[in-house]
Amino acid sequence: MGKRTPLYQSHVDGGAKIVDFGGWDMPLHYGSQIEEHHAVRRKAGMFDVSHMTVVDVAGADAQRFLQRLLANDVAKLKTEGRALYSCMLTPEGGVIDDLIAYYRGPQRYRVVVNAATRDKDMAWIDRQADAFDVAVDERPQLAMIAMQGPEARDLAVPLVGIEWREAARDLSPFCALETDTMFIARTGYTGEDGWEIMLPGEAAADFWRQCVDVGIRPCGLGARDTLRLEAAMNLYGNDMDESTSPLVSGLGWTVAWEPADRDFIGRSALESVRGDSSKPRFVGLILEGKGVLRNHQRVVVAGHGEGEITSGGFSPTLERSIALARVPAGDYDKAQVDIRGRLLDVRVVRPPFVRNGKSCIDL
Amino acid sequence: MSELPGELLYTEEHEWLRQEEDGSVTIGITDHAQAALGDLVYVELPEVGAELDAGDEMAVVESVKAASDVYAPVGGTVLEVNSDLADDPEKINSDPYGDGWIVRMQPNDLDESNTMDPDAYQELLDSLED
Repeated sequence: MGKRTPLYQSHVDGGAKIVDFGGWDMPLHYGSQIEEHHAVRRKAGMFDVSHMTVVDVAGADAQRFLQRLLANDVAKLKTEGRALYSCMLTPEGGVIDDLIAYYRGPQRYRVVVNAATRDKDMAWIDRQADAFDVAVDERPQLAMIAMQGPEARDLAVPLVGIEWREAARDLSPFCALETDTMFIARTGYTGEDGWEIMLPGEAAADFWRQCVDVGIRPCGLGARDTLRLEAAMNLYGNDMDESTSPLVSGLGWTVAWEPADRDFIGRSALESVRGDSSKPRFVGLILEGKGVLRNHQRVVVAGHGEGEITSGGFSPTLERSIALARVPAGDYDKAQVDIRGRLLDVRVVRPPFVRNGKSCIDL
Repeated sequence: MSELPGELLYTEEHEWLRQEEDGSVTIGITDHAQAALGDLVYVELPEVGAELDAGDEMAVVESVKAASDVYAPVGGTVLEVNSDLADDPEKINSDPYGDGWIVRMQPNDLDESNTMDPDAYQELLDSLED
């Protein structure tokens, strides 16, 4: 038996197929992964993401510490509630994890890292924190529910305490609001609008049921994966890890080079390859014919060499197979993928594939 | 889970076979198999006329989750493939024992020792439960 979130029984009662995910018993789907996917693109769905690791960072050096720890710069966060996506790097420039950091007030931050990487992340963060006047506190008692889709926020607003409803409705993208019981962030991992809400674990099951009652459909981690793939949001362990830098993982935009004297961990390693035009590209692929692109399949680019699919699958929105891939440098828009010994044609595109319910690609 | 069709034979690989009156066999995957795979999005079918040995890769079924081989439960010649699956692979999810059939073969020698009757297959399924 794996670890269980406060919503485990809600999933079982909802008919979920439970699978192991990084040591957690999590719902894969509640019947049909594709229908759950469409619910998020067309209306509203929700995911239990309580397995993710919430870490509060506070103290006199909190900002300086995170400026050292993260490749993006938390000094960009000037108003309370603002959020920032970042990688945490090794000194060699490899990605230890990706995360979201929220600014909660002077020298107070909340960081959300992945579940499967919890142990190494906490060990790394604690070790780096030794040199700073900062307290690092994990918040395992918090549950987290991501409600996503074009109607998700409208449906969920009435479930927020009345005195916070207006502020919740007015929340800007990538901003968070704290009520007496909830931390509401307009963030997500699907390419749709929506909220991610943290709340006390003991209140989670009741809140989940209220969300179901207003029409937000429970969705499993299967749909979460196809949604994030369509939105071309990286998955740690697939699209990047400690052996790859953000610069070859489509995450160059998350590295804050300015100010030039901010010495974040991994900076000097990244500087040495920053302008290297021979480094691999990180691209989207669309399979021209039928079939399904899968992780680790070989990508062959005539005249340029070979690469590899980092995340592949079927796009329910496009009804085509799509993938993210690390491929050789060069200017080309066609390649082939080795699927069980046959080379099938793919188009090389700039991700994302789908945002806000609409295709970003001319099929 | 629904009751297993009584007229079919089953394999440990969660395939079913139906012996047709003309001596051919129709082959598909069981309800248990489709449920384990999840929503199917692609089926790779063999060529009509292909000669297969028992245990050869006969088809590939791909779900949102993964690709899975379907092995020939008997040796023989492929007579017909369910070409509807090219556009509607989800027929395997919705009707695994009917419209979701995959291949019809002329078996060389239908050796029933590798197959199970519904009771034996049900026992296998029960043993897979937690």
